[in-house]
Amino acid sequence: MLSQQLVNGIVLGSTYALIALGYTMVYGIIELINFAHGEIYMFGAFVAMLLVTIYKVPFLLSLLVAMALSSLLGVTIEFLAYRPLRRAPRLAALISAIGASIFLQNLALFIMGPRPYNFPSPFERRVFNLEIFAISQIELYILLISFFLMLGLHFLIMKTKLGKAMRATAQDKDTAALMGINIDKVISATFLIGSAFGAASGVMIGVYFRSVSPTMGLMPGLKGFVAAVLGGIGNIPGAMLGGLLLGVAETMGAAYLSSQYRDAVAFAILIVVLILKPSGLLGKMVQDKV
Amino acid sequence: MLSSYHVQIIILSGINVIMAASLNLITGYTGQLSIGHAAFMSIGAYASGLATLLLGFPFYLSLFIGALVASAFGVLLGLPTLKLKGDYLAIVTLGFCEIVRIVILNMDITGGAVGLRGLPKETDLLTVVVCVIITLLVLTRILHSRVGHALIAIREDETAAEGMGINTTYYKVIAFGVGAFFAGLGGGLFSHFFRYIHPNSFDFMRSIEQLCMVVLGGLGNLWGSVVGAVALTAIPELLRASADYRQLFYGALLIIMMRVRPEGLLGTRSEGFGIKSKFFRYSGWKKKGEA
Repeated sequence: MLSQQLVNGIVLGSTYALIALGYTMVYGIIELINFAHGEIYMFGAFVAMLLVTIYKVPFLLSLLVAMALSSLLGVTIEFLAYRPLRRAPRLAALISAIGASIFLQNLALFIMGPRPYNFPSPFERRVFNLEIFAISQIELYILLISFFLMLGLHFLIMKTKLGKAMRATAQDKDTAALMGINIDKVISATFLIGSAFGAASGVMIGVYFRSVSPTMGLMPGLKGFVAAVLGGIGNIPGAMLGGLLLGVAETMGAAYLSSQYRDAVAFAILIVVLILKPSGLLGKMVQDKV
Repeated sequence: MLSSYHVQIIILSGINVIMAASLNLITGYTGQLSIGHAAFMSIGAYASGLATLLLGFPFYLSLFIGALVASAFGVLLGLPTLKLKGDYLAIVTLGFCEIVRIVILNMDITGGAVGLRGLPKETDLLTVVVCVIITLLVLTRILHSRVGHALIAIREDETAAEGMGINTTYYKVIAFGVGAFFAGLGGGLFSHFFRYIHPNSFDFMRSIEQLCMVVLGGLGNLWGSVVGAVALTAIPELLRASADYRQLFYGALLIIMMRVRPEGLLGTRSEGFGIKSKFFRYSGWKKKGEA
């Protein structure tokens, strides 16, 4: 029972980790909570669902297309709602981000209607029954896809020129710009990658729960942010760890405490973390400069 | 003279003026972005409703109790979390709003998912007008006092304010306590007007709606909140716009206002709302007093 809950928690947590990566990368570079990230997650799920149901595209291909289109959406949001506000007070950018989120969610409600859509699962209902826990084929896919995406991200950040530019920009924008790094391009690339990850998470959750709806991004979006804060915002391994921990905590809370308070668990964790260690589990304390 | 439909719009506008003005104290004047203001409204609505229903208190006493309970929660939330900066605080207020909604949804005494029904209809035009006047009067007095100046100093530059000997946490808790008090008052008026309340009436979207009113009117401008609240209550009603369009409009409004006129219709441009970002240094645009 316990090991089963642990596995369920890790599966859920790996999707939170993917969302959290998008938040944490954007926050690390422009210090903005990208509130519209949950809507990108929703958009990705819708794209994949429509491709699979209407055009009968294979699942993995529609996942890739959904990630690509969502990246474009993420970059567009940055261009329209955040870039003009770079020199504006911080609160202005945050309010603009909330506006983008509300706008996209209601646009989806307007176009698709409030009814949830069925996402037919392309996987067989095969369950691998091991001695201590059972895992279904789709759960295995979620774990594998998440793992490879995160591995790819790690490689990109640590080994490529773009990754180096991103790390430099996160550390110090002025100096990075002086070294000839095009800050605007780095920011666009960050939104591109973060949005693709968010969309991947949305597609997998959509197919896991077999349901896609315009408001599906709200809660996972918030929880992805909680996961990012838990791990230390701006910290990439922290986001992965935070996502997994949050997924496990939530599943355990729902299983052993009360399933009605499932959503409250994440927020309770958030408030406790922010009070005890606001820099998160793996984050560094930043001194406020005068 | 006035049809009951018009009276209803005026009463709703009045309640929204109270909500927007109290949120403006927290977000506009103190610079602490709250996107969970509906939580205090919810607490006030339920506390006053239960005081009327279960304890049989007279209406005005219930209103006061609702506001007081909301204020207590404001302080309770404020004490540990107000050491947080900007975006973190915003997320905590959002989380608080969700927790309040979920807890009320699962409690027996509040009627849970069925909602609280059977409240007497006590809120009338006169009560609302009096409450609006009291709210605006009290907030104006606070803002022109020593406390108000401290709040504005915190918004302009928290580090500098602290350097000048302002106990920033103390004043932020005051802002939340007072803001929550009037939000609770608005909630009490709301519950005794509709006679039925449900936890989902006070969700994230309502908080956003209230934020829209403040932003449209002008952050840090009390009269702006009055204009914003009345405009965003009355115009959609008179145009008979559907609820879907309305929220789409709210989202677009927030983005456009921030781009075109971040100070709102009536606001004055402020040097900074909240926290400095690395970006301000990158852009070469320096705030006053920043090294």
